[in-house]
Parts: sequence; structure tokens; C-alpha cells
Amino acid sequence: MKVTLDQDKCVASGQCVVAADDVFDQDDDGIAVLLDPAPPSARADDVQQAAAVCPALAIRIQD
Amino acid sequence: MTSTVSTEGAHAPSAPEFPMPRAAGCPFDPPPALKSEQELGSLRKVRLWDGTTPWLVTRYADQRALLADPRISADVTRPGYPSPTPLRGASFSFILMDDPEHARQRRMVTAPFTIKRVEAMRPAVQKIVDGLIDDMLAGPPRADLVQAFALPVPSLVICELLGVPYTDHDFFQENSKTLISRSAAPEQRGAAHANLTGYLDELMGHKIARPADDLLSGLGTRVEAGELSRREAAEMGVLLLLAGHETTANMIALGTLALLEHPDQLALLRGTEDPRAVAGAVEELLRYLNITHGGRRRVALEDIEIGGEVIRAGEGVIVPNDIGNRDPEVFTDPDRLDLGRDARRHVAFGFGVHQCLGQPLARMELQVVYSTLYRRVPTLRLDARLEEVPFKHDGSVYGVYELPVAW
Repeated sequence: MKVTLDQDKCVASGQCVVAADDVFDQDDDGIAVLLDPAPPSARADDVQQAAAVCPALAIRIQD
Repeated sequence: MTSTVSTEGAHAPSAPEFPMPRAAGCPFDPPPALKSEQELGSLRKVRLWDGTTPWLVTRYADQRALLADPRISADVTRPGYPSPTPLRGASFSFILMDDPEHARQRRMVTAPFTIKRVEAMRPAVQKIVDGLIDDMLAGPPRADLVQAFALPVPSLVICELLGVPYTDHDFFQENSKTLISRSAAPEQRGAAHANLTGYLDELMGHKIARPADDLLSGLGTRVEAGELSRREAAEMGVLLLLAGHETTANMIALGTLALLEHPDQLALLRGTEDPRAVAGAVEELLRYLNITHGGRRRVALEDIEIGGEVIRAGEGVIVPNDIGNRDPEVFTDPDRLDLGRDARRHVAFGFGVHQCLGQPLARMELQVVYSTLYRRVPTLRLDARLEEVPFKHDGSVYGVYELPVAW
């Protein structure tokens, strides 16, 4: 899977980090940072969860 | 404020009044009339206190789509905005503004709410929770859990984070109670707002003169740099102080009552030390209880089509998360409190760019509370009949005024 993150949209909810902290992190102001744009398929559920709970719809996933 | 009274659109002539009353004996459930509206359709018309008839959005999927839609405005000063109460010339904080100004101001206060910073506060919150329970257990075996525990926990935490002296808590708790009460007269709410803004403004002066390592001092630096007026900084302080304790305090007290009324679910929580299970239980309590029961208020900037209906530009929109979180298309058997379910997709904190800023802090506080209170006070019980408990039907945040408990 391929993950993209639009930092301009991010509202620093941090919920992507809670869902998958090996794929997402936050900078000092809480803006999300993408650690792994191509996470292994075993992480698919958590990354899907991260995208689903992102209030800013800033995370996109391509299979 | 001018309001657009819409006489067009489906169901307007017979639009039910909003907010609607809850059913006696079902204090944890959304109003039955609200559930009926959800069954009738996703987009409904309701009538507000001022006679206006904004749209009510009842289904979870449409609620999320609308709250994330850039064609929707949170600007309270726009004609058509469905205000829950009469407006009286106060100034407003960024939750009632649109981007880019909303984003600019919000980003000034996001730093303390990152997951890492919040996790770093967990031991301090645990200490606060343990200390309050020690005090409770040292006294007589009965208390009002709101005053003894539910209110002090988040109040101590937000005071520490903001740099507000906790010794002033009687003052700001009294004023914030009035500010969010629907039954208070507009003049009373205006006075409470002025009291709180004045207090924060004075405190801001101290922070600018003598900065410390807290959020208000950080805002003081922005004021000095000319990025923010002192008035705006004070308004942000009021918002954070208010949001920081009214919401979490009500989740603690109402959640405790809900658990005491569902002993099988309480047993699950008492029996686990797994942080994931506790975190899951907190999400389910947030979904089930929905303390922000007045709905998110918006106004359409353009025509927006949803499921065959069109919200016209300038029309008000109300998005009640309580009914969205009970949408049977998303949550199986939604009216059942089930701490074992995956409830993480709930909209208790709202959705879109205005989603609650303090949610990581609220979650952590609730996780500490719910994993500690029932373990340390295993015999905790309600010291009244359920129908004697005074519920906050009149507030913009739902909960209980008092919770008599014994152990």
C-alpha cells in the first residue's frame, strides 16, 4: 500500500499516531509526519484506521 | 444578528423544536424524538428558539462529510448561523471562525496536545487522580463525586497546562457554569463571559511580564510579537479553560454513573490492566454518552446536495453527534453500552477542521480515571436513586450537577 499525507490540511489531532505510530509521527506543533509511505500489508488495518479517523481527511491510501 | 427564516424545504411547516427533551428513565440516550428524525431521514428541518428552521443532519456518514466540507462555515456572525442562544456583542474565539484565520490561531495552541507531550503528562495526571482518591478515602465513606473528584481532576490538569492558579478555581468554575448554561439569561452569560475574559486578560499581563513554561506564557510571546492581540489571547485562554474542564468533568461523572448502572461492563473495566482495553472502553463511553449534545452548528456557504435534498447557501445546519454515534448503519446495536466494541470512529469530538483540539488530553485523563477509580474504590456505588440524580438537561454540555456516591 502507498500512503500520502497532506500536511497543509492536518489539524494536529494526532489520531493517526495513536492508530499507527510506526507509520505516522507529529512535529513539535502536532502536525502529522509520514514516517513510512509504503507500510507492509500487515499494517493495513491500522493505517486504514488512521485514515478513517483523520478529521481533516489528510491521509490518502492507494492499494 | 439577522437570521434567515426558511419556509422552503421538506418538513419545515411541522418542524419539531430543537433541542428535544430526553426520555425520563433513559438519561444516557439521545432524545427519542431525535431518534425518530434519524429513522425518517438524514436531512430534516428543526425549529430553534428564535423561530428559524435550520437543517438537522442525523446520519453518521453525512455528519462526517458535512463537517469536513469546506463549503460549510463555523462563523457565528454569518446570517443564517443557527445559534443555540441569543448573541450579545461578545467577541469570539477561533472555534467560531473559518480558515485561514481559524487555522492560524489554532496552530498557536496545538503544541501541548501532541501525543508525546500528552503522554509525558500521564504520570502527573495519575498523581492527581491518586491524590484525590486518597483524600476521598480518608474522609467519611460518602461524597459528591462531582465536587470531590470529577471536577478537580481536569481542572487541576488544565490549570497546570495553561498556567492558571488553581486557587482561583471557584471563580472560573462558577463563571464557566453560567456561560454554558442555556437557562441563564443572556445578560448573566454576558457578565460571566466578561468576568472570565477580564480575568484571563489580567493573567496574560502577568505572563507577559514574567513568562513561565506554560501555554498562556506561550501566547504572551505571540502577543509581544504582534501575531495576536491581547484580547484574542484572553479569548483563547477562556476557550481552553472552559473546554478543558467542563467537558472532561462531565465525562468522568456521567461515565461513572453509566458504569454503576451497567455492572457487567464495570466488571470488565475493573478486571483489566490492559491499557488497550482501557483505551477501548474510553472510546465506547465517549460514543455512548455524547456529552456535547447540542450539535455542531454551521451555515452553508454554497448549495450542498445530500441524498436528494439541497442545503441552500445561507441556510443553517446542525450536526448532533449524539445521534450520529447511535447510527445503526455504523454501530451494531448502537444503544447498548459495550466496552468491548471498536468505537474509535465515533464523532464525540466532532469532525473536520474544528474537531476538538484537546482530545488527546481528554482521552488520557479519562484512561487514567477509568483505570484507577474503580480499582481503588471497588465498592463504589450510587448513594441515591437514579431518578434523584440531577442531570444537566439545560446545559450545552450534558452531565450531572451532583453524583452522590458511597463506598
